[in-house]
Amino acid sequence: MNQAKLEKRAMLNQESFLSSKNDNIKSEWIKGRIFLLICIVSILFGILSLAALLIYVFWDALGWLNWQFITSTPSRFASKAGIFPMLMGSGFIIMLVALFSLPLGVGTAVYLEEYAPKNLFKKFIEINISNLAGVPSIVYGLLGLGLFVSFLDLTHGTILVGALTLTLRILPVVIVTSQEAIKAVPVSHRRASIGLGTTKWQMIRSVVLPESVPGIMTGMILALAVAMGETAPLIMIGAATSIFTAPRNIHSSFSSLPLQIFAWSDFPGEGFRHGVTPAAIVVLLVILMIMNGAAIYIRHRFSRDKN
Amino acid sequence: MSNNLTKRGFEFISENAIKTFFLLCAIVSVVTTIGIVLVLLIETTNFFREVSLKEFFLGFRWNPTIKPTSFGVWPLLSGTLYFTFITALIALPVGLLSAVYLSEYSGRKIRSIIKPALEILAGIPTVVYGYFALVYITPLLRNLLPGIKTFNILSASIVVAIMIIPTVASISEDAIRAVPQSFRLAGLSLGITKFQVTASIILPASLSGILSSFILGLSRAIGETMAVTIAGGNLARLVNPLKPAEALLEPMQTMTAAMVEIGLSDITGNSTAYKSLFAVGFTLFLMTLTLNMVSQFIKNRYREKYK
Repeated sequence: MNQAKLEKRAMLNQESFLSSKNDNIKSEWIKGRIFLLICIVSILFGILSLAALLIYVFWDALGWLNWQFITSTPSRFASKAGIFPMLMGSGFIIMLVALFSLPLGVGTAVYLEEYAPKNLFKKFIEINISNLAGVPSIVYGLLGLGLFVSFLDLTHGTILVGALTLTLRILPVVIVTSQEAIKAVPVSHRRASIGLGTTKWQMIRSVVLPESVPGIMTGMILALAVAMGETAPLIMIGAATSIFTAPRNIHSSFSSLPLQIFAWSDFPGEGFRHGVTPAAIVVLLVILMIMNGAAIYIRHRFSRDKN
Repeated sequence: MSNNLTKRGFEFISENAIKTFFLLCAIVSVVTTIGIVLVLLIETTNFFREVSLKEFFLGFRWNPTIKPTSFGVWPLLSGTLYFTFITALIALPVGLLSAVYLSEYSGRKIRSIIKPALEILAGIPTVVYGYFALVYITPLLRNLLPGIKTFNILSASIVVAIMIIPTVASISEDAIRAVPQSFRLAGLSLGITKFQVTASIILPASLSGILSSFILGLSRAIGETMAVTIAGGNLARLVNPLKPAEALLEPMQTMTAAMVEIGLSDITGNSTAYKSLFAVGFTLFLMTLTLNMVSQFIKNRYREKYK
């Protein structure tokens, strides 16, 4: 309020100065306008570039994206190529990642927020998690390769190894968002539960977790969207970049949508370059859009502000 | 009575079992960190049993798979540093100016539209960005710069810059917003223009937060993998320090792209090439970890200042 008034007065002052012959003030005013213009250009640079690229890719995908494309296997011929095995691979792996990371991530968050005494150990774990969040995804691929494939002797490139690797990759995100959701549950609700004579776990189970479900879900979906788009860690654990059969169980070899996009990006033919690959990209982006949309909807629908 | 007691006993045991389960979840994240460090350390040690430290750190030729092999890391390191520098040149100023616009100039309504739009930039998978760079941006740049190669570092830098703008912008914006309102009012009441307030009061006051966002942005660029692999070409060679601008239009290989190349080739767990993955990965891990920790350190300091 105050600032708005002051700014308005400053503006008026400047305008009256502008009509006067004070060159210094005039040039300062012009400098300010130029700066604002540069700021606006900056913020639009990324957004408009991406918008243009998306228009290109949707335009190229037009005519290639059809039911046959969704249900076929990859092929040397652009007109016959499809993404079915990769779609199944991505779906399978995401479900497994959700299965692994939900209990681990929420469990960690519950421990940190509800059980951990406020001491060095808690601080250590939290610093550790924020550092893990900054580790490049390809390094998680090396972890998967060294730990699951070499050390635990699991077969490289299987659904299980891929899912475990991606679980570790997204775990920091799941933990932090779950922590936020749990923190947002009012202390009074916890006290009410304890006051009724419940044990700590009963309180967590019947008050804290139900109230934080929307926040946890939102974070979980966003983290799974990250896992959905990951490519480099899966290459490192030896996943196939292209495959002709859909995975049958957790020990099957697999390929995923981003891996196939990577493989096709090398194909020189016009049909692949401006047809099949853009179609696969559009499928991936639409899936991510749906996931993000669901997350936004849940956040909005259960937002605490409404109460 | 005794029935009640056994119920109590059961509750006591289950309370503790559940607490232990949550603690174990929290320990998974610590084990992940230990796992990363151990895997990298062990395989890197194995690597240096076969390749001398001198060859790795002072060698100028990187050729891990085709005999005669050579494991000098400098071509990859110079590629990574060059790529990061060019990306930073675009992303840091654009990110900062976007943050200034969002916090100082935009109205609430515009902000509520632009902010989510900006976040989308970070949500597009990097494999898709790589494809955009190769298939759409390079041909566009060819109109301006006829000498540009099909695979080049410039278009990879542009897309990665677009990708990390939101990171830089959102952390900078938090820092700028943390500057107390009284600073702005004091400036305005002195009769200086808004641009002068921003440039001479707000930005210096939020410098540490801005710096922390810059460092985090650099760390993201260093760890970025798929876009450079797809669009940057895979040619490990030194940047000519006398003619740095020429390298812009040429293919190059970063550490991450070199790791993907080895990951895609048919190497076995015993080969030197396999172990070199971990030596490069360790170098990458140490670089990003250092940057992330410096960024966090700076960020925590500025938090203390205004609270």
